[in-house]
Amino acid sequence: MATTTVKPETLVGKKVRRREDPRLITGTATYLDDIKLPGMYHACVVRSPYGAARIKSVNIKPALELPGVAAIFTGDDVKDLPSVPCVAQLPGLRMPHHHMLAQDRVYFVGHPIAVVVARDRYLAADAADAVEVEYEELPAVADPEKALAPGSPAVHPQWPDNTAFTFHQEGGHIEEAFREADVIVKQRITSQRLIPMAMETRGVVADWHAAEKSLTLYSSSQAPHLLRSLLAGIFGIPENRLRVVAPEVGGGFGSKIDIYAEDMLMTFVTQRLNKPVKWVESRRENFLGTIHGRGHVDYYELAAKRDGTMLGLKLKIIQDLGAYLQLLTPAIPTLSVLMMPGLYKFKHISADVIGAFTNCFPTDAYRGAGRPEATHGIERMVDILAAELKMDPAELRLKNFPAPEEFPFPTATGLAYDSGNYALPLKTALAEVEYDKLREEQKQGRQTGKLLGIGMSAYGEICAFGPSPATPTGGWESATVKIEPSGKVTILTGASPHGQGEETTFAQIAADELGVNIDDIVVYHGDTQLVQYGIGTFGSRGTAIGGAALYYALQELKEKIKKFGATLLEANQVSLSGGACIDEKSGKSVSFAEIAAAAYRALKLPPNTQPGLVATHFWEPPNFTFPFGAHVVITEVDRETGEIAIRRYVAVDDCGKIINPLLVAGQVHGGVAQGLGQALWEQAVYDDNGQLLTGELTDYAVPRAHMMPWIEASHTVTPSPVNPLGVKGVGEAGTIGCSPAVVNSVVDALSHLGVRHLDMPLTPEKIWRIVQAGGQA
Amino acid sequence: MQRKFSLTINGKPYADEVEPRLLLIHYLREVAGLTGPHIGCETSTCGACTVMLDGKAVKSCTLFAVQADGRDVLTIEGLATDVGLDPLQEAFWNEHGLQCGFCTPGMIMTARQLLEDNPSPTDDEIRKGLEGNVCRCTGYQHILNAVKAAAIQMEKRGA
Amino acid sequence: MIPREFDYEAPTSLQETLQLIASGERKLLAGGMSLIPMMKLRLATPDSLVDLGRVPGLNHIVESSGTLQIGATATHHDIETFPLIRGRCPLLAEAASHIGDVQVRNRGTIGGSIAHADPAADYPAALLALEAQIRLVSASSDRIVPAVEFFLDAFTTALEPGEIVVEVLVPAEPGAEGYSYEKAPHPASGFAIVGVAARIQRSGGKISLARIGVTGLGARAFRAMEAERLLESGSSLDQAVATVGEGEDANSDLYASAEYRKHLARVRAKRALEVALRRAS
Repeated sequence: MATTTVKPETLVGKKVRRREDPRLITGTATYLDDIKLPGMYHACVVRSPYGAARIKSVNIKPALELPGVAAIFTGDDVKDLPSVPCVAQLPGLRMPHHHMLAQDRVYFVGHPIAVVVARDRYLAADAADAVEVEYEELPAVADPEKALAPGSPAVHPQWPDNTAFTFHQEGGHIEEAFREADVIVKQRITSQRLIPMAMETRGVVADWHAAEKSLTLYSSSQAPHLLRSLLAGIFGIPENRLRVVAPEVGGGFGSKIDIYAEDMLMTFVTQRLNKPVKWVESRRENFLGTIHGRGHVDYYELAAKRDGTMLGLKLKIIQDLGAYLQLLTPAIPTLSVLMMPGLYKFKHISADVIGAFTNCFPTDAYRGAGRPEATHGIERMVDILAAELKMDPAELRLKNFPAPEEFPFPTATGLAYDSGNYALPLKTALAEVEYDKLREEQKQGRQTGKLLGIGMSAYGEICAFGPSPATPTGGWESATVKIEPSGKVTILTGASPHGQGEETTFAQIAADELGVNIDDIVVYHGDTQLVQYGIGTFGSRGTAIGGAALYYALQELKEKIKKFGATLLEANQVSLSGGACIDEKSGKSVSFAEIAAAAYRALKLPPNTQPGLVATHFWEPPNFTFPFGAHVVITEVDRETGEIAIRRYVAVDDCGKIINPLLVAGQVHGGVAQGLGQALWEQAVYDDNGQLLTGELTDYAVPRAHMMPWIEASHTVTPSPVNPLGVKGVGEAGTIGCSPAVVNSVVDALSHLGVRHLDMPLTPEKIWRIVQAGGQA
Repeated sequence: MQRKFSLTINGKPYADEVEPRLLLIHYLREVAGLTGPHIGCETSTCGACTVMLDGKAVKSCTLFAVQADGRDVLTIEGLATDVGLDPLQEAFWNEHGLQCGFCTPGMIMTARQLLEDNPSPTDDEIRKGLEGNVCRCTGYQHILNAVKAAAIQMEKRGA
Repeated sequence: MIPREFDYEAPTSLQETLQLIASGERKLLAGGMSLIPMMKLRLATPDSLVDLGRVPGLNHIVESSGTLQIGATATHHDIETFPLIRGRCPLLAEAASHIGDVQVRNRGTIGGSIAHADPAADYPAALLALEAQIRLVSASSDRIVPAVEFFLDAFTTALEPGEIVVEVLVPAEPGAEGYSYEKAPHPASGFAIVGVAARIQRSGGKISLARIGVTGLGARAFRAMEAERLLESGSSLDQAVATVGEGEDANSDLYASAEYRKHLARVRAKRALEVALRRAS
């Protein structure tokens, strides 16, 4: 037996380069469209060009006669199948039956009418073109406020008020707050529709094995187990005969949590044809038929004392739902309500949400999901209040934060913020930009017409979704750790990362806990046949919950390893260090490989111990986590053109303990890019007929390298007490902190002209017009 | 109508008979069996399909395969050698220049021409040079760092 | 996503090309940077393509007695980077550097771009300011058309059926000229919301020649002749640029209204002229 061991350096907290990268940088990773099965057909979906229309006829005959066409299915073929699922529940929610293929009407541009199946994708596209559909166009409505107005066209004829639900929540006594207030500020604030635009579009390969009555479904999903459960229910395929594989997934940002019509359609097609079938979304289809984000019109009223003490907040949210309810559609604005107080000590809140049907594709969870809307709203309102009180916006914020010793901090919306030092990131960021100097520069510059803006946001978010009672899907996560007979470590996580890097961070955690070399660890995910049930990756939950589940599985396994170690060393007590068990008394040790071999060989079992070294842990979190931070943005506005230049972007985020700083920085940068996209460029625009005017990447402006500023990102670290790793989650922070800081900055640049608020995106023309009008919108 | 054509991909000769409408990206992926070049849009805007044609970065989704007749195609798969990764691949790995990885093969191929045209680019030149490649994950900052790191590495190698 | 079927010819001589297109029924494919995306979206469905990619002698860039001759299949990247153009016609190189992205510039050609005549393309502004000429050849004709007579309307040029752009002729810069191309790009497409190309020659402290080409504003690129005249007769920059786009029917879209575009054209014109004035010795 070995007598010496070398403890490898600890890896948690270090910039470890990613273990998923070799396959990605060599182009050898397997994304959905890289999957090819023998005899596989290709499907192409025929879609509606109208936002609202009656389908008078569908003639598939000319298409069926084209070469290579295997089958064409229309609405009639699937009329008896269940709806595309929505799992969110609200009292009184009106849930339209969302057929996977349109029946007698279409409700949005891109609505699937028929699916054409052919030998290859070229022939499928040709045949889809040859399907003849006759429509009678109907009046449509695409704007949620117009949809709620009397006399508007009804999206669903059975509900002429276009109202899917109303939702009310209050905490404290809101009327009291408004009675006591010295100042009340009000503002309408919108958060426009956005397109998530993962670089990889969606896709499905479905493969039915008739003899076994089993289905393998490859889907670019963020939540493969959920997809499996829902498909199993819809098609009556037992879950143990339904394997869902999320292969390499090229980004999701929330848009790949959903179960989509095409997941169901391909399942239907492969069962009917008994052949594998592939469908890969085009970018245009991705814009028309993958969920959108945001779509808020918010009405805020904030009550405060003259000294800046914030008392109460009223909010009315009109949520543009689209024509149907996708997986979580109606739940998203309720997250905005939870987050509406931001980081401030409001005692009284009142919120009303109205969900409006429109002839658009459904909105659902897009990076931040409800929280960017809420943060944008409150952070704008705080600036508006500061202007009203003629107070410095930083000072006003600092005055209303709970102090570090007040945590866990109960909010008027019923949450308990886990831990925080909210003043620290804001003070750090302001010091970084030399705030006072900048204010002076701003004052000087205004005399010569220079428009310099200093904007800030202090944001908080709910992450790590979440305790199961608070989520429609279950909020726990699972991990299995196996030490193979050779001593190598296999980790199976129920999370389903798609760019976040958990093959690396989880290996870092395990390497430290077990004291083994990271190269001896492999992390697997995304295949329901391989991995125990899991919830998936979204809502910044991967590490905060999946990592915690892994931590507990590792603890269980370590106990077992020690038992075997003690037995092998014939010691009463051993410690685990450096990949070996050590008997402190004798100084003798036994290596991992030796323990693993013994555990599987099972010649000498410790008392009450089973052979093998495997542990599985399903971890239910006791609370959400609440990351926070502050972003400060310095802008310069070109008064002649309205163009905005970002001079500095400083982000100070607190996501609790950091497992891998490189990956955390990547999440912040990417999040900021999407927040900046919303603030400055991105908007999904439907016209009054429900036509998507921004239906391609040539119209919908996502940030490119030359449009991005350098992001100065740093961190404060306030560990979360919710999980043993002390992590809070960071996937959405950048997006949430960004948009209000940018808008506050530009409004600040124009504030001396009387500008109080601007809605996103801040297009140059919008800025130019308001400067022209001397600040009057 | 089918048309005969031949080309070299990553140093290997290919000869086929294809429809003129077959896009180069589909030839590379469906016929030649490559998985590196990706399809991210249909409007020649995202750059995920970028390969090098006779040494120049091109969007292989906006090229018919027959237009590449007699030419030389280099894809991400052709970069690494027996000796190891290309400096750009290595730098993207070290600097965390990728997350989901979907844009990465195209991004690296464009960066390759960028550094061939301009071996020591400024930050702004790198940003401008990559304007034809969309990444939705990284905010480009680590990509910028990666290209800078690769430039330094390549300069060392060349020196 | 997938183009319709078509016939494809790849002639290897200009003669052969001209015969193939003589009937006017076949569509020419040059770099394909505009045509192929349109075919993929099935917004363009030509029955037959004639690929210029194998026609030799069409991508030359040479200077002959003070005129740069630029072959139709010279790519934007060639034009952006060739020392001859950078040295002798830097305005054109600058305009080329603004087109699309490097991948597009590697494939896209000057002939293809101007024949397509996108109202938001970059070259037309520069070619108008440069008073370039365009050589058009058919099986039965060979003629030279000034740029100002070439761009007729959105996607419409002076090209007759059976004709092809073979060469762009640009006077070489005399040496003391100032120039600039100022562009406000659309954040998604990169096309010009407006783009203004300016050339200035000075003599004795005065502007002796001013040329201003504007793209993106209207259905076709145009020369801001009134502004040119005002500058040459001693008016201020502000007075001159205030006339840019006057009477033009300005485009309007989601990103920029007609009113804003016109305003932007004037601001960009002023900035282009300021740079050109600085550069003019």
